[in-house]
Amino acid sequence: MLEKDVLVIGAGPAGLAASIEAGKYGASVLLVDLNMQPGGQLFKQIHKFFGSSAHRSGTRGYDIGKQLLKEAEESDVEIWMQSTVIGIFPGNKIAIEKGLDSGEKEMVTMQAKKIIIATGASENAIRFKGWTTPGVMGAGAAQTMINVNHVKPGQKIVMLGTGNVGLIVSYQLMQAGCDVVSLIEAAPKIGGYAVHAAKIRRAGVPIRLQHTIIEAKKGADGCVCGCVIAQVDEHFQPIPGTEETIACDTIALAAGLKPTMDLVKLAGCKLTFNGPFGGYIPLHNERMETSCEGVFVAGDTTGVEEANTALEEGKIAGISAAEDLGLLTADAASDKRAEIWDRLHSLRLGPFGERRMIEKEVVMDEYKERIGTPSPIQ
Amino acid sequence: MSAELTDDMIVCRCEEVTVGEIKEAIREGARDIVGVKRRTRAGMGLCQGRTCEKLVQQLLVQELGISPKEAGTSSARPPVRPVTFGELAKGEVL
Repeated sequence: MLEKDVLVIGAGPAGLAASIEAGKYGASVLLVDLNMQPGGQLFKQIHKFFGSSAHRSGTRGYDIGKQLLKEAEESDVEIWMQSTVIGIFPGNKIAIEKGLDSGEKEMVTMQAKKIIIATGASENAIRFKGWTTPGVMGAGAAQTMINVNHVKPGQKIVMLGTGNVGLIVSYQLMQAGCDVVSLIEAAPKIGGYAVHAAKIRRAGVPIRLQHTIIEAKKGADGCVCGCVIAQVDEHFQPIPGTEETIACDTIALAAGLKPTMDLVKLAGCKLTFNGPFGGYIPLHNERMETSCEGVFVAGDTTGVEEANTALEEGKIAGISAAEDLGLLTADAASDKRAEIWDRLHSLRLGPFGERRMIEKEVVMDEYKERIGTPSPIQ
Repeated sequence: MSAELTDDMIVCRCEEVTVGEIKEAIREGARDIVGVKRRTRAGMGLCQGRTCEKLVQQLLVQELGISPKEAGTSSARPPVRPVTFGELAKGEVL
């Protein structure tokens, strides 16, 4: 059976950072991801990141992805793409459907001393009449189409949601040559950063606050030909008589994300419910270890945040795995983690970040109370 | 979310489970995501609930007046992603 010191699942910013870190201290690392290319969402991010220079502000996500791939190569990380973990079993045995160069798949069973789960998050769906009509899609899906596959999802787009994803993807759709007709937001104010919203406003695209989509209209071809929006009251209920129809061929939904939890559940990690982080998430300690001994988590899987925080959490997971493998002394590991936690604190400042800092502490306190010491996968 | 829900609206696309069927399951005693899943197959299809779990959660919250936490979450079993019998048969045994 194939054996590795560390198996990292998910090659986004968290998984790449974890792999690089563990590899750097001499661990043999296998990184698997079900997508065609590594990098997770990074290669879709053609805009410049915010934050401090320690967090590569002013750098495009795309370039951060390229840098991480180079570092992964330098750390001798083995990467399997189009490969999916389908099972995690006692004794840290893992079943992987491995993608071969021929395009075929092969079942591989392997054993890893440490497992790092960094499977990210998936987009929330919103239901309204006709939400399953072709042409209704997640904003992230639309972003993949334009920035990765270079295909326009449609010509006339309506975006639901004005968080940063809704704003950024709307602007990038315009850059790709789509006509963004309108942004619809149920709340009385724009959810994302003003700098992103200003770009939309300057382009003359209306942002309709206190409105929601109540229906996707289906055309003769069976696809979206428009949407019906309505004003909402303070309880977010549509107000009868305020309906308007907007012609469009695509409705993009930017309604937030939820952590991808299948493998965390499969390993038997103890969970907690956390609204701000997107729902049920794995309990973890400051070493990013779950209730299962030798199973670590990082990035959006631990609660939806951003690429920068995912990167830092990935590093912590990689360092902790290396420490438990005896590749790093406890003192050295704890110093390195302390430095990263300092950076995470500075990232989690401000109106958006601070709440997440508090919630992180809630999660780690609950870990102390309920778990204390992790136990092997059952 | 806010729009009016008709009983024929699809919630789980993979298994084609409607709002009406989920409400019926709740009337029959389903109290959480797992209960709805067992009765209706919502979340048992190709995507394993990645799209519909949150929508089922919202229906439970709305119909029963419970919190999203109380609606729970589904359990995961291998294989968590679709895999063919051929691949499984050819693969190594654990």
